[in-house]
Amino acid sequence: MSENGVIKIKRGFDIKLVGKTNPVIKDLPLSEIVAVKPTDFLEVIPKMLVQAGDEVKAGDHLFYEKDRPELKFTAPVSGEIVEVFRGEKRKILEVKILADKEQKYRDFSARASQPWTRDSVTEVLLDSGAWNMIRQRPFSTIAKVDDNPKGIFISCFDSAPLAPDLNLVILQNKDAFEAGIRVLQAFNVPIHLSLRNNVTGNEVFSSVKGVKIHYFEGPHPAGNVGIQIHHISPILPGQVVWYLDPQQVVTIGNLFTTGKYKPERIVSLSGSEVKETAYYRTIVGNSYNAILEGNVSEGYNRYILGNVLTGQHVKAEGYIGFYDQQITVIPESSESEFLGWLLPGFHKLSLSRTFFSWLNKDKEYKLNSSQNGEERAFVVTGEYEKVLPMNILPVQLLKAILAKDFEMMEKLGIYEISEEDFALCEFVCTSKMPVQQIVSRGLEIMRKEG
Amino acid sequence: MKALRSLIDKIKPNFEKGGKLEKFWVVFDGLETFLFVPKHANHNGVHVRDGIDLKRTMFTVIIAMIPALLFGMWNVGYQHYTAYGEASTLMDNFIFGAIKVLPIIIVSYGVGLGIEFLVAGMKGHSINEGYLVTGMLIPLILPVTVPLWMVAFASAFTVIIGKEVFGGTGFNIMNPALLARAFLFFAFPAYMSGEIWVAMDPAKTLVDGYSGATSLVYFDEGASALTSNISTTDMFMGTIKGSIGETSTLAILLGGLYLIYTGVGSWRIMTGVFAGGYLMGLLFNFLAGSAYPGMAVPAHFHLIIGGFAFGAVFMATDPVSAAQTNRGKWIYGLAIGAFTVILRVFNPAYPEAMMLSILFFNVFAPLIDYMVVQRHIKTRLKSAYQ
Repeated sequence: MSENGVIKIKRGFDIKLVGKTNPVIKDLPLSEIVAVKPTDFLEVIPKMLVQAGDEVKAGDHLFYEKDRPELKFTAPVSGEIVEVFRGEKRKILEVKILADKEQKYRDFSARASQPWTRDSVTEVLLDSGAWNMIRQRPFSTIAKVDDNPKGIFISCFDSAPLAPDLNLVILQNKDAFEAGIRVLQAFNVPIHLSLRNNVTGNEVFSSVKGVKIHYFEGPHPAGNVGIQIHHISPILPGQVVWYLDPQQVVTIGNLFTTGKYKPERIVSLSGSEVKETAYYRTIVGNSYNAILEGNVSEGYNRYILGNVLTGQHVKAEGYIGFYDQQITVIPESSESEFLGWLLPGFHKLSLSRTFFSWLNKDKEYKLNSSQNGEERAFVVTGEYEKVLPMNILPVQLLKAILAKDFEMMEKLGIYEISEEDFALCEFVCTSKMPVQQIVSRGLEIMRKEG
Repeated sequence: MKALRSLIDKIKPNFEKGGKLEKFWVVFDGLETFLFVPKHANHNGVHVRDGIDLKRTMFTVIIAMIPALLFGMWNVGYQHYTAYGEASTLMDNFIFGAIKVLPIIIVSYGVGLGIEFLVAGMKGHSINEGYLVTGMLIPLILPVTVPLWMVAFASAFTVIIGKEVFGGTGFNIMNPALLARAFLFFAFPAYMSGEIWVAMDPAKTLVDGYSGATSLVYFDEGASALTSNISTTDMFMGTIKGSIGETSTLAILLGGLYLIYTGVGSWRIMTGVFAGGYLMGLLFNFLAGSAYPGMAVPAHFHLIIGGFAFGAVFMATDPVSAAQTNRGKWIYGLAIGAFTVILRVFNPAYPEAMMLSILFFNVFAPLIDYMVVQRHIKTRLKSAYQ
């Protein structure tokens, strides 16, 4: 697929939705309460290090992971711990901090000074909690300190529906991004940046030194890091790769140049039900209530932290998660549709041409959360293959997962995939199968067995 | 529609658990979801979904069958009036055909859906849409003279033995409609071959030299018998004798193109079947000797006689009983096409080979997929260790 260094993704599908984010960047002030959510981290069982009433600085430890005590999770802001909020079975859901008006930071500057070696960088990243931004494939869990990854992959464009424009986002923090890349170079492994080919504004990434640049073309999921890894250097059994988002590289760059842990994010607000879309400069853990209040259409809305394919269904009040950079608001499915399967369906988006909406290719759709039909046994074949640009047989892999056939899962390439890569399969599925859930189950089985 | 919606909402509690008509929940649910696409929202995973569902898919297949159905109705009338040498208009032909064909369709749907509802009620699962297509396929592959009780019998056999014993739509291993056809063929051979293709009227006299033979009968007598009795144009257009929906290659191809364009039917399978039949025909032309007259029949005739086109477009493409991998679909299609021609040529006593060929490779489809998957695994490993 590679031609003149450009990797062309042919299979996939761009879901065009109403409500693209306006290229305006606003500031979202710090809310009174800021929360860290242990549930953001896959396979992390938190052990608390603080309790209500404690004072913390930004970068102070809040909890650690039970089986990997080196993983520390830290406060994004300074203030007083007001509550450790628990859900069912006393599972810790949120650690709430009453944020100080004047922010105080833990000082990492002495240890974060150059020269940066693997050991010194690792120590500061772990101690500050910034290590948790580095994740690994297979499994999408937080990277292991002792692993020797064969590369670090950074996807510099997001192809998901209504995704933020990362060229614009990183342009605001170009120096910190470059500093972050220099820090990561201390690991002495190749760093791969994947860029969207032929778009203006990607110079912000293409000008970075000391990295391998790859250009991609084609529809979603071309921007998924898993798809990019598959085309650049597939993961073989026993191998591990690390990956981060560009905004996390910025945080790491800032940490090592200023000595402060300050997990800032530029978050996009998008979707058909948002009155005024924009980008918001904020910090992980900040409440997003303020940007939604009065800014969404009335009626029954669905709030999504992330994009419409992989995001998390949340309430209108909540906190920005550790890996989030997008909020989407779409209408909830509220009415059943009379003879919906029989009508021409000009307003129905479909990969197939069974509705007459194919007449207008560039139309942007206002989709709601309707399943558009009931779940059925698996009938129609050949659909998933059209939207999964990997050398993987999706249906056979899913069947192996359902049959808990470990050997088959491994042979069919389960180590290369993640839920997000299969999200489009779920979108197009005629039988409305919970595809991502099945993939999750398969990955979980393999993690526990491996 | 608001009135209808509120009526349904009003009577709904009666059918829900604990209501007095609880037993009829399946029937109610089937009708409700038929009228209204439910507002079920996505829970886990994706928040938006493609507009398509199984109802729409099945509906698209039915639309694709309409050209073959309408032409079939017309042809029933045309064959009837031609047999008696009577002049008839397009409308005459069509009306005569409709009177003959509609009862078959009604019986097929009535019996089949009745049993589907019953089984769904017994098992407590929702009614599947699969029979919407099967119920139309059955009439199209039967001769117009078939007795209605036999249609009822075939429909019942299809639903019970073809599908429900396996667990319903999506779990059957063979194409249900073809299974019905095969069942009738072996159970009632007298009604399934011979002078059965034209609706007769004992009160009238046939034209001189009338023959009720189909293209397949002439085929067995050799190339010259076929070409001297029926023109290629007639075979392609479909003004010939045969099952109700199978005669017009043109009408079937229209449906096939629609299926391919909408993405509902597999172009790999369709192309594979036609290519397999044509290539095998060419090979036989090359090897032609005296022992089997069918060998010398020009290859393209195979594609336009008998049920070849109908089988390729509507039967072989059934996703549940076909191969599931993309490469497997090619192999499966090519094999069906080639095997049909082999059967036709070497077994003159049994003319319609398409049906058995498809059923045969339905059974082998999982094996084809298995081989494709094994090969995929091997190449994956190989490329991984390069």
